[in-house]
Amino acid sequence: MVKLIIDGREVNVPENTTILEAAASVGIKIPTLCYLKNLNEIGACRICMVEIEGYEKLFTACNNPVREGMVIHTNSRKVWKVRRNNLQLLLSQHDVNCALCVRNGNCSLQTLASEMDIRMVPFDKQIPFQKGSRKFPLIKDYTKCIKCMRCIQVCDKVQTCSIWDVVNTGSRATVDVKNVLRLEESDCTLCGQCLTHCPVGALIERDDTGKVWDALDDPEKIVVVQIAPSVRAAWGEDLGLKPEFATVKRLAAALRQVGFDYIFDTDFSADLTIMEEASEFLEKLKNKDHEKFPMFTSCCPGWVRFVKGYFPEFVDQVSTAKSPQQMFGAIAKSYYAKILNVDPSRIFSVSIMPCISKKQECALPVMNDAGAGQDVDVVLTTREIDRMIKAAHIIPQGLKEEELDMPLGLGSGAGVIFGATGGVMEAALRTASYFVTGKNPDPDAFRQVRGMQGWREAEFDLAGQTLKVAMVNGLGNARKLLKKLKKGKVSYDFVEVMACPGGCVGGGGQPIHDGYEMAPERGEILYRLDRQSQLRFSHENPSIKQCYADFLGQPLSERAHHLLHTDHHAWKMPGEL
Amino acid sequence: MSRLSIFTQNEAQKTVEQLYKDLERRVVASPPGLCPVDLATSFLRMCHAQSCGKCVPCRIGLGQLQALMESVLDGKAQMKTIDVIERTAESIFLSADCAIGYEAARMVLKGVRGFRGDFEEHIRNGRCSGTVSQPVPCVAQCPAGVDVPGYIALIHEGRYYDAVRLIRKDNPLPATCGLICEHPCEVRCRRTMVDDPINIRGLKRFAVEHAGDVSVPKCLKPTGKKVAVIGGGPGGLSAAYYLALMGHDVTIYEQRKQLGGMLRYGIPSYRLPRETLDKEIETLLSVGIKTVTNVRVGDDIPIKELRENCDAMYVAIGAHVDRKIGIEGEDAKGVLSAVEMLRSIGDYDMPDFSGKRVVVVGGGNVAMDVARSAVRLKAKSVTIAYRRRKVDMTALPEEVEGAVAEGCEVLDLHAPIRIEKDDQGRVAALWVKPQIVGPIQDGRPKPVNSSEPEVRIPCEIVLVAVGQGIDSLKFGEYGIPIRRGAIEALDWSGVKNTEGVFAGGDCVTGPATVIRAIAAGKVAAANIDEYLGFSHKVRNDVEIPPVRLDDRRSCGRINLKEREAALRIKDFKLMECGMTEEEARQESGRCLRCDHFGYGVFKGGRVREW
Repeated sequence: MVKLIIDGREVNVPENTTILEAAASVGIKIPTLCYLKNLNEIGACRICMVEIEGYEKLFTACNNPVREGMVIHTNSRKVWKVRRNNLQLLLSQHDVNCALCVRNGNCSLQTLASEMDIRMVPFDKQIPFQKGSRKFPLIKDYTKCIKCMRCIQVCDKVQTCSIWDVVNTGSRATVDVKNVLRLEESDCTLCGQCLTHCPVGALIERDDTGKVWDALDDPEKIVVVQIAPSVRAAWGEDLGLKPEFATVKRLAAALRQVGFDYIFDTDFSADLTIMEEASEFLEKLKNKDHEKFPMFTSCCPGWVRFVKGYFPEFVDQVSTAKSPQQMFGAIAKSYYAKILNVDPSRIFSVSIMPCISKKQECALPVMNDAGAGQDVDVVLTTREIDRMIKAAHIIPQGLKEEELDMPLGLGSGAGVIFGATGGVMEAALRTASYFVTGKNPDPDAFRQVRGMQGWREAEFDLAGQTLKVAMVNGLGNARKLLKKLKKGKVSYDFVEVMACPGGCVGGGGQPIHDGYEMAPERGEILYRLDRQSQLRFSHENPSIKQCYADFLGQPLSERAHHLLHTDHHAWKMPGEL
Repeated sequence: MSRLSIFTQNEAQKTVEQLYKDLERRVVASPPGLCPVDLATSFLRMCHAQSCGKCVPCRIGLGQLQALMESVLDGKAQMKTIDVIERTAESIFLSADCAIGYEAARMVLKGVRGFRGDFEEHIRNGRCSGTVSQPVPCVAQCPAGVDVPGYIALIHEGRYYDAVRLIRKDNPLPATCGLICEHPCEVRCRRTMVDDPINIRGLKRFAVEHAGDVSVPKCLKPTGKKVAVIGGGPGGLSAAYYLALMGHDVTIYEQRKQLGGMLRYGIPSYRLPRETLDKEIETLLSVGIKTVTNVRVGDDIPIKELRENCDAMYVAIGAHVDRKIGIEGEDAKGVLSAVEMLRSIGDYDMPDFSGKRVVVVGGGNVAMDVARSAVRLKAKSVTIAYRRRKVDMTALPEEVEGAVAEGCEVLDLHAPIRIEKDDQGRVAALWVKPQIVGPIQDGRPKPVNSSEPEVRIPCEIVLVAVGQGIDSLKFGEYGIPIRRGAIEALDWSGVKNTEGVFAGGDCVTGPATVIRAIAAGKVAAANIDEYLGFSHKVRNDVEIPPVRLDDRRSCGRINLKEREAALRIKDFKLMECGMTEEEARQESGRCLRCDHFGYGVFKGGRVREW
């Protein structure tokens, strides 16, 4: 243990504790900006400077350890001046246009400037030029970037894609796309982790709310909306609602007030995905000697982009089943149009997703199988739908629960857990087990696949056959797994991959809480909903049964193939041959 | 992909390395009199280019400082901008993560504090306070202002006689300076921007050695004014020479047997042969200077009396008093001061160090002179004990190298603490305390005692070369102001409160260089002439050759060779070899002629008379 004095208080902490943590242990707050624990401890912003007696220079609290006998002042006049100066320098190169910024009210720079009571900047305004496409789902705003380097770190260390890097030196040093000139030419998976780790509005999603408002305004359009599983665990955060209050039924109420015509649940198509994917997997298992294993899940478009961009040799092992979003889109403009007895072209299909990559997925040239334009017209992130709810001046605290519309508003607990890492696997195993044995297993029989670790493995007996499965979340873990697979160090039958840490609950389209990872808590909510659900198996979902009976026939039927499966080779990543 | 790979420089990196060298040389050759704010801003720009951009203070701060300083340079700033600059630089200094940032900020702070006046001038008047007044670097850097491009051009033309005549207009001791001048003229030589500075001293020596006997100019009409010059060193001789040329009646009073001062009694003959010195003094005196030797002004002749018998007096007594280390046992037999030793050598009284172990204390040029003389006096071993590091020695690097080549051992970072005596009071050993290098003070790291035990260096002779003092007591009594032992003279050589008394050289500045003493003599001569009511001009009719057109392609500098160490230590003969004619022609051809090319063609390129 190390004993020291911080702001006159005696502090006892283990050796190698940082000054920042030592101060926090006694309730002293040292402001930070670029710092992210375990990810970005590089002392770049120089906001967390503290004064240590015996030294003229100041030191960063975030990445310097305490030493026995140190006497530290975290808020001396000298510290105050230097912090202010550094923040003013940052502000001099930041387009301080807060009212128009999507991060207004959720911006660490804005908060710090406010906390430090900065009212003027004594320096020239030096705003960098804006460049790059505004059409790509992920947009870098160079006029806002404060070069905290977090995006580089999360992409390097967590996702191992290294899309971002420091380019140029001196005052021109900035964060830019590595190796290629434009983001859309890179192998960016659009996971959006850089965005959710950005403390300011320098990385933003393409705003598609305008297209939705236009559709809502169009009397010809029947606007249907699907709510992704993980959205129900997070949508209330940006509206100041507690998780228990922010139920999917209250979201449905809000969406009706906004003007959506039909409110549906992606859980429905998650169940549909299970029907198809489990069947596909069992088909493969029957033909084990001629098929390549493992089979990979396909519901995460970030993962699909990743495998195409970095490990093309595995693409053929990815399930051909479309993601729940795209299955829903295809069903909405075919089966549901039929139910409504309208021309599918009148249906405007919106999805609310925890994801940036979904915005790109819905625009893939092959995702128009229902024959009425894009199967999903617009993808909104959780943040965007929250902005729409705010813009409609809905008082979220006053919302009453309302039922979703039928039949596509019904999903099972198995569909709900799609939003957390391991959920797709668990849902698939529940149904696969039923398919093989004809009996429902205990719905929690496969609980072993749950958890937040990056790479988990499990073995199950499926009618006498040992099934080895793995679940990875975060692309760094996916890369590790694929490398080991390539080298023959591991082997599995079925692998679930989620690009974002924690799965969709930690998705790049979810509400942002600087410095705090909400994925585990949101995941808990989904598992609670599954537990409380009357319906724990995808194959028992009456809407699914009906859909097959009335429209699709059997899983893997010709129509199912046409609408619910896709060819991953039918489109290319930028560098793909 | 390999796990590791060997780093190889690509073409761009190699080129950048070369550019760094170019820049280094450029900084070395930076001309005097530039705008400090502009330079500081430019340095800052370069510092900023070195920034990786990780941290805010360096990435943004250095750029904002540049913008602020540019606004000052452009006259668009307000007085409070200086405070913003200072505050911002201070903040960057305190909070930058690495030296790229905080040292850049420190340079700005130094500037804003060191030449705040220049910042203010730009803001107040929208312009720089300085003007270019020293366009020819070598001439500006030479204390005596010798027309270097002029005589180098003459050398290139083979007109060595004229070269020496031209030099003598400003420096009456070209032979001496050709051998031992510290050549400040070379320090900022603009040729350095191309490759290396011109070997100006080497060329001067070549000119003197190939000019034959160069006669002195005729003196002007006698004025009837009597001038007493006290001290026959380079300063006194120079003043006397120019005063005599102006027609004054000059007498040099010298306390020693012979004239020359430190040239004779301080510099060993292997650097400045006595024949060369004698011949140069003889030439000088031939203009008609009277000399009185073996007379101590103040003792043998009262200063008051001397002053009453002349119209003006120039005090150039030098700094000839040895300084003590101030350690126990310094009174032992076998402890000799460098001054004493060199003085006896000067009068051909050679001590015999055969078989003796000699320790020299000190790190200046004089320490090297006595060490190398001790080698020539057949010492069994010579150790130079110095309390700082070898690189911190004030001696010229080539002097230190020469001493080492001749077998001297340099024991740096060892401070003398006491001299051990044997039972007969003779030196038995020098005890030294190992030092550890410490913080930088006045540009040099200060040594401090390390925890290592004291070291005993057994020896029979200790030579003390730790500086010289000035014997100014009697002059103080006469009424000349003295400060810390040195005579206080004004920048025009006049002395306050003492009518008609002038002073210059080492006795004013403390131990310095020959060329500074010569310059002081020149300044004194002009001002004494003025004081006596005249305005004689020293001028020269040598026609300077027109410039040659040249592409100034790079060409290395010709350095002078030395006689083989093993041979030269056997005698006191000149150890340095002069240039060959071929070398002199090439070397003189490297001169960029800054008197013509550049600002020199416009203003201040040539001073034809003074």
